[in-house]
Amino acid sequence: MERDTHFILGVYEDEDVLLHAVEKVRSNGVKIHEVYTPYPIHGLEDVLGYKRSRLPIAAFLFGMLGTTLAMTMQFYMMSFDWPMIIGGKDYAAFPDFIPVGFEMTVLLAAFGMVGVFMISSNLKPWAQPRIFDIRSTDDKHIMAIDIANNSAMDLERIKEILKSSGATEINNKSFE
Amino acid sequence: MAHHGEQHYNLEQRFDFTAATKKSIMTVLVIGAVILGLGIVLAMTGGGHDEAGEAGGHAFHWYERLYANLWINNVYFTGIAIVGVFFFAIQYAAQAGWSTPLLRVMLSFGYWLPFAGILMVATFFLANHDLFHWTHSYLFDKNDPQYDSIIDGKGAFFFWPMAKGTFPIFFIVRMVLFFGLWVFFFKKFQQISDQEDQLGGNSYWFKMRSWSAFFLIFFAVSSSISAWDWVMSIDTHWFSTLFGWYVFASWFVAGLCAITLLTIFLKGKGYLEMVNQNHIHDMGKFIFGFSIFWTYLWFSQFLLIYYANIPEESVYFIERLTSDVYGPFIFVNIGLNFFLPFLVLMTRDAKRHGVFLKLVCSILLVGHWIDFFLMVQPGTLGHNGGIGLMEVGMFLVYGSGVALVVLGGLAKKNLIAKNHPMLEESYHHHI
Repeated sequence: MERDTHFILGVYEDEDVLLHAVEKVRSNGVKIHEVYTPYPIHGLEDVLGYKRSRLPIAAFLFGMLGTTLAMTMQFYMMSFDWPMIIGGKDYAAFPDFIPVGFEMTVLLAAFGMVGVFMISSNLKPWAQPRIFDIRSTDDKHIMAIDIANNSAMDLERIKEILKSSGATEINNKSFE
Repeated sequence: MAHHGEQHYNLEQRFDFTAATKKSIMTVLVIGAVILGLGIVLAMTGGGHDEAGEAGGHAFHWYERLYANLWINNVYFTGIAIVGVFFFAIQYAAQAGWSTPLLRVMLSFGYWLPFAGILMVATFFLANHDLFHWTHSYLFDKNDPQYDSIIDGKGAFFFWPMAKGTFPIFFIVRMVLFFGLWVFFFKKFQQISDQEDQLGGNSYWFKMRSWSAFFLIFFAVSSSISAWDWVMSIDTHWFSTLFGWYVFASWFVAGLCAITLLTIFLKGKGYLEMVNQNHIHDMGKFIFGFSIFWTYLWFSQFLLIYYANIPEESVYFIERLTSDVYGPFIFVNIGLNFFLPFLVLMTRDAKRHGVFLKLVCSILLVGHWIDFFLMVQPGTLGHNGGIGLMEVGMFLVYGSGVALVVLGGLAKKNLIAKNHPMLEESYHHHI
C-alpha cells in the first residue's frame, strides 16, 4: 500500500523557487512538515506561517530566576550565614549585590534559553536525528510532507503540486 | 533595481515646514517663555529670604538659578545636536545600509550647533563666578585665606598659558575649538551630501566615510573633554575618570530619542514612506541598548565611589542623596532612564510600534534632562535649586527653539539621500 511511506520529500535547487513553492504548496491545502535547507533562508519562516518563537519568554523567566537567586544567596550569606562588614557598609549592602545579580541574570538567562531551545527542538545528545535527505546539508533544499497530516489528500495530487512548484526530484522517505 | 515593482518611492521629497507646525512650536515657545518669566518674577520677589552667608559668606541671588538653567539646557541640547552628527558619521564608518533614509534626519540636528556654541560661550561669560567656582582668582592666591591647593593644582587645565586666576584662556579655546570643528564637520557632511544629491556616484560615499572617520576620532576626544570642562568642572574638587563616557551616554540616548521622534513625526506627516517598522525597530533597539549602557556607566561610577568610600569622591553622591531637593531625583533619574525603557522596550512589539516608542522617547528626553539637572544644579545652586517654573519654562523655550532651528534646516534640503549607494538595500531592511 502507498500509505506505508510516511513522508514525501520535494527536492529544490534554488531558494527563490523554494520560497514560492512553499507558498504554492500551502495555498493548495498541503500541510508542510518541515523544510530543511543547508543555510538560513530569509523569509522562510514567514512563508511557512510559523508563529514567533516564545524563547524570549523563557529567557526572561530564567533571567528573573537568576536575579532572585543571586540576590537571595548574597543576602543570606552576607547578612545571616556569615555576616560581614565590608568597607563600613551595612550587612545588606544592596549596591554591592548588583554586579553578581547582573552576572547571574545573564548566566541563567543564557543557559536557560539554550536548554529550552535544545529540549524544544529535540537536540538532546542522545536523540537520534531523523535525516530526511543528507543533501540538505550540502546543496539541496528539502521540503518534507508528512502523509499522516495530509490524509485527506491524494498522494499523486501532492506529488503533482510539488512537481509543478519546481521540485526537481520527488522522493519517499519512511522512518522506523 | 526595477525587478520589484513596489519600490517607486518619491526620492525628491522635501520637508514642508508649514505655518501650522511653526505656529504650534511657537505656541510652546511662548508658553515656555511665560512660565519662565513667571518663575523669574517669583524668584526675584520671593528670593529675599535666602539664608545669606552659608557657603563661604556668599548670598544666593535669583539669577544664579537662571544661569544654571541656561547651562543645563546648553549642555543638554548641544549633546542632542552633536549626537545627530555623530550618529550620522557612525552610519558611514560602520558602512550601514539600513539607515540610509534616516541620514538627513540625523544630520539635521547639527543645525543647532552654531546656536549652541554661541549660547554656550555667552552663558559662560555671563554666569562666570556664579556657575564656576574655579573662576575665582582668590583660589589661586597663596596669601589669600581662601586659597585652595587642590584647585590650584588643577588650575593650569583652565588658565594655561596665562597665570592661574586670570582669564581661562585654555578653557575658552577648547570650547571654541570644539564647537568650531563640530560645525566644520557638520558643514563638510552637508556639502558632501549636497554634491552626492546633485552629481551621484559612489565616490561621495567613500569621501564621506573618510571624513566620518576623522570626525569620530575628534569626537571621541572632544566629547570627553567637553564633559569635564562644561559639567565636571562645576564640582571642581571632585573627579571621576568615566565622567566623559557617562555624559556621552546620556547625550547619546537623548539624541537617539530625538532622532526617533523626528522620524516618527515625519512619517506621520506622510514623508519617508520607505521607513518601515524594521527601521523603527532598529532605532528602538539602539534606545533600549544605550539606556542600559547609560545605566551601566551611571552605576559603575556610583558603585566604585560607594564601595571605596573615599571622602573626596563620595562627596558627589552625598551632596545629592542626602539633599531634600535632589535626593528624590536620583531615583527618578534611575527609574525614568533605566527601569522604564528596560521594561517597556524589552519586547519586540514595543520597539516596532510607534506609539510605545513615542511615549518612551518623550519620557527619556525628560529623563536625561533630569540627569543633566542633577549634574549641574547641586554644585551651583546647592539647596536653592530644584525643579520649578524656571526649569520647566527654560526647557520648553530651549526645546522649541531647537525644534524651530532643526526643522527649519531640514526643510532646506532634500529629505532623502537620493543618490546614496545603499538606498536600495535599506528598502529591503528586514529584521
